[in-house]
Amino acid sequence: MSNPPRPRLAVWKFASCDGCQLSLLDCEEELLALAEKVEIGYFLEASRKTLPGPYDLSLVEGSITTPEDAERIQEVRRASKKLVTIGACATAGGIQALRNFARIGDFLSAVYASPGYIRTLDRSTPIAAHVPVDFELQGCPIHRFQLLEVISAFLSGRSPAIPHYSVCLECKRAGHPCVLVARGTPCLGPVTHAGCGAICPGYARGCYGCYGPMESPNPPSLSLRWRALGASERDLHRVFRTFNAAAAPFRRESEAHAD
Amino acid sequence: MPTKKLSLEALARVEGEGSLELFLHDGKVETARLRIFEPPRFFEAFLRGRAAAEVPDIVARICGICPVAYQMSAVHALEHGLGVVVDGPLRLLRRLLYCGEWIESHVLHIVLLHAPDFLGYPDAIAISRDHRAEVERGLALKRAGNEIVRLLGGREIHPINVRVGGFYRLPSPAELSALRARLERAREEAVALLRWVATFPMPEYQRDYEFIALRHPSEYPMNEGQIASSRGLSLAPEEFDTAFEERHLPHSTALYCSLRERGSYLVGPLARYNLNFDRLPPSIQAHAREAGLGAACHNPFQSILVRSVEVLFACEEALRLLSLYEPPEAPALPLPRVAGEGHAATEAPRGLLYHRYRFDAEGTIEQARIVPPTSQNQASIEEDLRLLAESLLALPEESLRARCEQAIRNYDPCISCSTHFLRLRIHGR
Repeated sequence: MSNPPRPRLAVWKFASCDGCQLSLLDCEEELLALAEKVEIGYFLEASRKTLPGPYDLSLVEGSITTPEDAERIQEVRRASKKLVTIGACATAGGIQALRNFARIGDFLSAVYASPGYIRTLDRSTPIAAHVPVDFELQGCPIHRFQLLEVISAFLSGRSPAIPHYSVCLECKRAGHPCVLVARGTPCLGPVTHAGCGAICPGYARGCYGCYGPMESPNPPSLSLRWRALGASERDLHRVFRTFNAAAAPFRRESEAHAD
Repeated sequence: MPTKKLSLEALARVEGEGSLELFLHDGKVETARLRIFEPPRFFEAFLRGRAAAEVPDIVARICGICPVAYQMSAVHALEHGLGVVVDGPLRLLRRLLYCGEWIESHVLHIVLLHAPDFLGYPDAIAISRDHRAEVERGLALKRAGNEIVRLLGGREIHPINVRVGGFYRLPSPAELSALRARLERAREEAVALLRWVATFPMPEYQRDYEFIALRHPSEYPMNEGQIASSRGLSLAPEEFDTAFEERHLPHSTALYCSLRERGSYLVGPLARYNLNFDRLPPSIQAHAREAGLGAACHNPFQSILVRSVEVLFACEEALRLLSLYEPPEAPALPLPRVAGEGHAATEAPRGLLYHRYRFDAEGTIEQARIVPPTSQNQASIEEDLRLLAESLLALPEESLRARCEQAIRNYDPCISCSTHFLRLRIHGR
């Protein structure tokens, strides 16, 4: 009797640093086991062999920043039964979205001697702004265990067990003293989506929000606390405007404080 | 007039996206053009107006494969501008962290990205079906590199523990002792990896490159040194602009960096090795010779061997650093509030990485400049491809394409960094 066909996995890259797809290669021991459970149909960072769609699961890294990519994501969606975005770029526009707050011409001429050679959009947008997305995994970068959970969940047809509470719960569970309360260190943990394992407080620094906003955060309240600890308006403007700058709760809070 | 156009789909097993075009005339390859179509990402513009303290976190996002390199060049450049010298155990920890990234990044490239070319497989997963033990050993060694980065950096990708002046938190003696035990194993795995790679069939090809790498008075270079060339150049990092220039060409979103009035040059493991063989410990030199390498190496395909030698060196060096480490008084030095301009060059896994920052007395960045290794190698990759393709034109298309891809991967090009791969088009065949 022959084995049932394995689900076909694809990994797509748009504007990004490659770090989130690297999380898959960083699975190391689990990588070869995963490769036995799925058929890798398209994953250019790992293989030159490509198989045609449809793909049972597509993982999408990166944001949409060029006219070509805005068309390519439509093709990816059409070829994918389920589509999951991985990381802050694909989910919120990423650090590239800093362009959304500036005039793109200024950026082009700051970096390139001949801006006329470059074709780019004036905004960096998340995948969900272009096509329907089945699940968004937050993080800059994503956590590889969460990625494995999302893949397993989709392959077995259940919802991924990814909690949407704040970094604070992970931090308490890890037994770290609260850097904000105990040391007076400004921390974005109370408004930031869990998933990293509260690494920064474990290294004696405040969270800087790389996992993006948690479900229903209250950034204005946290900003008052930061002000009491001595943070300037400019500090608050900057800290909400990094790797998830275009995610609505962080964008609004950044705009509420002057640069 | 083009009589035939061959197109190679987006290049696999590199970081980022690009393609290769060959222009033929009368059976000769006139031009090889590496087209980088990674979307532009504007980091130098994003950095303007940011706080100097944010720079290590922001520049890490240029590359998920070598974030430590970006953090190291950034903190050294900012400290240079502040007039602060990070020495002693903090310097040692930074070098240890860099060893971790060299191991992780090099082994990723050797085992998962480049080995399939030499052994004739589409990917490392396919290799593992025939050579499971070798691939598993490689993945274990990669994990050891990641464990160094995770301990000193907080996580493997986009580490959070690097700051201007030092670190946020120092490792505990128990953490370092567990790392030492892991690295003893890694050293054995690295010896085995080098011996395995030494058995790979090696294409014959030699070119007289101008190699550029850092040169340090006593160390194999990572965090500091003079910028040296195999043709006599020796510069401090702040003199970078006197010797190098960046040009912007229509077919690429990466800038081309070249030596003024001299043209292309090569950075990366091959350049480091040729310029610094005498800085490798005798035990590592002996392993290199056993693997068939001499003190000089001009065959770019052998870069996979040189990378393996550097992995072994990084394991050995990490163990040496651990044996010397005495905890410093504080995890970071105090920083003055002054305006300044600073330069630094460090050795990313893929080669020389130059950063320059100008900032005001509040620590706000006014100007940033970053020259990554792949944009420096771009012209050299194209010259290799032009010369190599010419000698291989008689081969069937599939073999020509495979060899061109292998040649590009000799450079471990990081396209995400340089804009930041391969579609092959042959015009006129």
